[in-house]
Amino acid sequence: MAKPAATVAREADLADGKTPPKQFGPVFKAASGPAGWADERLGLASLGKHNLRKIFPDHWSFLLGEIALYSFIVLLLTGVFLTLWYQPSMDETTYDGTYQLLRGVTMSQAYSSTVHISFDIRGGLLLRQMHHWAAMLFVAAMICHSLRVFFTGAFRKPRELNWLLGVGLMGIGLIEGFAGYSLPDDLLSGTGLRFVDGLIRSIPLVGTYIEFFIFGGEYPGDLIIPRLYMAHILLIPAVILGLIAAHLALVVYHKHTQYPGPGRKESNVVGYPLFPVYMAKAGGFFFIVFGVITLMGALMQLNPVWTYGPYTPNQVTAGAQPDWYMGFVEGAIRIMPNWEWHIGGTTWSWNIFLPGVGLLTALFVIMGVYPFVERWVTGDKSEHHILDRPRNNPTRTAFGVAAMTCYGFFWMGGGNDIIATHFHVSLNNVTYFLRVAVFVGPVLAFLITKRICIGLQRASEERLLHGAESGIIIRHPSGGYEEKHTPITAEEAYTLTQHKEYVPITVGGDGTDHNGVSKRDLGKQKRRALATRFYFGDNLRKPTRAEIEEAAAHFDHDGANGHGHGELEDGHSNGHSNGHSNGHSNGHSNGHSNGQAAIGSDRDDLETADR
Amino acid sequence: MRFLSSRRRHPVAKPLLLVFALFVMGGLYAILAPSDVSSADTTKSQQVEAGRKLFAVGCSSCHGLNGQGSSQGPTLVGVGAAAVDFQVSTGRMPLAYPQQQAPQTKVSYNDDEIAALAAYVQTLGPGPEIPSASQYQPSGLTDEEVARGGELFRTNCSACHNAEGAGGALPNGKYAPSLVGVSDKHIYEAMLTGPQQMPVFSDQVVTPKDKQEIIAYLQTLHERPNNGGLALGGIGPVSEGLWTWIVGLGVLVAFAVWIAAKGAKAK
Amino acid sequence: MSGTDDGPDGNNLPEGRDPRGELTQSRSVGGLVTTDDPRFPVADPGMEEHLPRLTDVDEKAAKRAERQVTTMFGLVPVFAIAFVVIYFAVPKTMTIDFGFLHTSALHFGLGTTLGMAILLIGIGAVQWARQLMADQEMVDERHPAVSSQADREEILAELEQGVEESQITRRKTMGYALLGAIGVVAVPFVIFLADLGPIATKKVRARTIETTIWKAGVRLVNDVTFMPLKPEDIQIGQLVNGEPANLQDLEGVERQQAMAKSPIIVVRMDPNDIKIPASRRDWQVNGILAYSKICTHVGCPISLWEQQTHHLLCPCHQSTFDLGDSGVVVFGPAARSLPQLPITVDSEGYLVAREGFTVPVGPSYFERDSRHDYKQGEN
Repeated sequence: MAKPAATVAREADLADGKTPPKQFGPVFKAASGPAGWADERLGLASLGKHNLRKIFPDHWSFLLGEIALYSFIVLLLTGVFLTLWYQPSMDETTYDGTYQLLRGVTMSQAYSSTVHISFDIRGGLLLRQMHHWAAMLFVAAMICHSLRVFFTGAFRKPRELNWLLGVGLMGIGLIEGFAGYSLPDDLLSGTGLRFVDGLIRSIPLVGTYIEFFIFGGEYPGDLIIPRLYMAHILLIPAVILGLIAAHLALVVYHKHTQYPGPGRKESNVVGYPLFPVYMAKAGGFFFIVFGVITLMGALMQLNPVWTYGPYTPNQVTAGAQPDWYMGFVEGAIRIMPNWEWHIGGTTWSWNIFLPGVGLLTALFVIMGVYPFVERWVTGDKSEHHILDRPRNNPTRTAFGVAAMTCYGFFWMGGGNDIIATHFHVSLNNVTYFLRVAVFVGPVLAFLITKRICIGLQRASEERLLHGAESGIIIRHPSGGYEEKHTPITAEEAYTLTQHKEYVPITVGGDGTDHNGVSKRDLGKQKRRALATRFYFGDNLRKPTRAEIEEAAAHFDHDGANGHGHGELEDGHSNGHSNGHSNGHSNGHSNGHSNGQAAIGSDRDDLETADR
Repeated sequence: MRFLSSRRRHPVAKPLLLVFALFVMGGLYAILAPSDVSSADTTKSQQVEAGRKLFAVGCSSCHGLNGQGSSQGPTLVGVGAAAVDFQVSTGRMPLAYPQQQAPQTKVSYNDDEIAALAAYVQTLGPGPEIPSASQYQPSGLTDEEVARGGELFRTNCSACHNAEGAGGALPNGKYAPSLVGVSDKHIYEAMLTGPQQMPVFSDQVVTPKDKQEIIAYLQTLHERPNNGGLALGGIGPVSEGLWTWIVGLGVLVAFAVWIAAKGAKAK
Repeated sequence: MSGTDDGPDGNNLPEGRDPRGELTQSRSVGGLVTTDDPRFPVADPGMEEHLPRLTDVDEKAAKRAERQVTTMFGLVPVFAIAFVVIYFAVPKTMTIDFGFLHTSALHFGLGTTLGMAILLIGIGAVQWARQLMADQEMVDERHPAVSSQADREEILAELEQGVEESQITRRKTMGYALLGAIGVVAVPFVIFLADLGPIATKKVRARTIETTIWKAGVRLVNDVTFMPLKPEDIQIGQLVNGEPANLQDLEGVERQQAMAKSPIIVVRMDPNDIKIPASRRDWQVNGILAYSKICTHVGCPISLWEQQTHHLLCPCHQSTFDLGDSGVVVFGPAARSLPQLPITVDSEGYLVAREGFTVPVGPSYFERDSRHDYKQGEN
């Protein structure tokens, strides 16, 4: 920090006509000069007052979105450097640079300058690879982040709009990535563009017109690279920046969600203050993401365009795939049966339109409407700031896993040739399998996930009512064995019961529309009843107060039984107190005194808390 | 004759006779000299004979006793010595059992045996001969010519073998093998003969010089360093995507867990 | 109704109430405090006790952490300087070869030094936060997203006043005129887009995507080398990636556009092994057939030809065509057979096109008349 200009500070004091009310530490003193200068012009103090110590909860899964954000910043930084040398032109040139295997080859200036960046600009290849790895991570992190938000129900009121912003960011991110991927004009990316040309053409009625508009005439023309360049470095980044700003502003306004836990309520947020802890952690994480991307750029080669060669429309390479985030569309296109209508003089290419435009639209529409569908089902109009544990909403979780499964199979389709060669299976069989799997897989995944969730709910209930497994085996006089359970902490008990519970609704009556309920309304109610039954019908009910009290009393009873801390061995099945002493190793038999002391200590705290 | 007998004691008769004798000797030698060739012919025929025997033992069960082919294997009439040399010296033949595609395995015959087999099959019907080193070894090519080899490679080969020569998938479990580490001779022979599903690229259409350029391009490409770091399998975006998730996101999530983890407490 | 609809529950949250319900009637049993709220039976025990870290109680540990962080920050300039040195000192051609890593020394050096420099800043900062900054968790109260009733009323009143002052309620036509004006002024900007490209009318289509530079008498030449082809040069099982000879006359964009449509594959098969429909008997020369190289699916150039099965596979989406059966689709997403180019031999014995392609090549488009494509079994 620069030394404060004393005069300025004095000026400020004079201007305000008052002296500082309080003596502060050295930091404050050092900053008061320039800070005061700025505050007089910007009102920083009032601005920062509410936000400087804003609380953010701490959890690793809350950092997934940050990975995306920081990747984007790295993209901006490295992208700016790349524009210094890249030439967005499809004019033909003859390469005569350092890379000998292309010398004398005719290519576009775009490709030539990309190879130039890779071989003749020192560190150019590093920047290119950082940019590309960051792009791959950007989308990957966005997907992980959206999955976290989905499975924890963070999209619920009041965050539906932010969810939509996120969906928009992901969709635009895909387009941005694809545009960038096409810019080097190498054989792979050119093949990708050719595919997009076919995809656009397949749009019924207007496809050909759009194709001619986008490519400025017949494919490939000489305009598509300059146009993509403009979109990639100006138009789309501007939109992404705007959306990110809105996304973050809403996070600040709503305050971050938090996981259930002691002291966590719908009405508060528990965590660390922005300054200094969160600033250090988030700022540090930025450098970590940046550093990891740099190291990936240094050590892991990707998209070696010089080996692919320049794009010419009559060449192709085996293993022609887009970057991973377009893989699911590629897969859908690959496994789609060849449905095409030839009606009169027209051609309806469902084999391209459905898996291409249709699937992309379906994905983003489903993502976009989901929060509203769930809100309609629950009828819940309240705000939600405590996150769901995924098990506590089995249907939502199952739906999410089903969607991931579907996506995953489509994704595999995008690499069906690689799967065929690397696992020595038939390419055709992989395709046939996937055609079935994209439909059957999600259904199975749904059913299995739902069962797993309900099983986990049961496990939570088990912990709540019967305590934690202690690992201590008790032998009964009758010869039976039983595991000793220890009660869980009050904190955990609270955490396990903190979720909101929904029950299926039933439609009153048997269709006799009394109370002037019209048939239409009744139908609506019935639909909703069906939806709630589908959503919550199988859920495990939360234990009632009586059940919890009984269970707690059970442990308590043992504790008050005159055994002191010996209740650990006695278990809740009283009368077996001597069961443990015969034949058990001393580890167990002297557990009274010290063996279980550590485990018992929790219990100790609880009891003291009671009294 | 009187002329000869009357002059037989002539002083130049002896030298003349000597010259004549030398002449005859030279002539005789000239006539007898091909006896070397004819002895080579015998070794050739021995080689063919050896090849025939090896063929009868190792190949005829599928390709027929006279290489005419059977339901198990195609005819070898006219495939030429180059095809045999390629198939056998890359270990593709003999095939252990009928399958979609002969995989590259351990070579079963030594060089002499392979030469014998090739010689025998060449006698079944004329086909491409085994190319000589001067044919397949690229030498003295300029950078531009090698780069042109790249263009030829991307036009004719990369559709199946991938732009980096990493190989690729074909229908029904078949595949185009990787070209990494394949010898110049075998690449040349493969183009010349079109083994298995691979089409033929005959010398008339893809000239020997074109082939040399392709070979030179491939070998240079594979010897080059990977300027960007580890090659990650060299199969393009699929492996890159995999590494994004495993290494990129994996490492960053590990860092995230570390950042948010509650550290050790003092008590 | 679902659980939310009975009673005064979480729906009232916007007013900032604790959803756990009130703690009236709470009872403590066996270490748990329960409530009579049926939805949240266990009472909030409050925040966990804050436990100090080693660095909080042991100054030595704190010093150690400080040393770690300082060292990390201190290494950053070292790496940064190393970066600069490497940038200027290491030649571009130098390589390193270490195990799997066979790479450019300059790239490797620049990347690792820069990466470490950046990474260490991050790890140091996080370590500082984790070990030395206060780790007491704090609580912020939330406020519902909704504005207060007073605010709502105030803004409505202000809006009303503004509307009133603008006189828009009294002079409605003027207001509509403004809306219309703003709406219509967008039209010119949309019109700007009309020159993005030509409008794909029937005429434009006919001279672009529906035609190629193939016409009667154009020689088939080898791609890249432009060597003309003779039937006797092509063996059974041979594949030639071909182009029309007149491609050489084109340059720039036109050449690229031609190359996106006119490439062909020439293959020779044993005429006895393949099906040649009667109508296409004179489209081939002794089993030499020429097909468009552009896939009818989305337009990838295809040349993965299996000489034994006569199948041609597209490397992009695995559409498979049978070149021994007039290019019909046998597998994959493509719906139309591959257009065949009728060929013959010219007076000098070279392969030439008998005519241009009879159907448009390449991927489908809406206006494409697909009734003339070859269908399996046709004659």
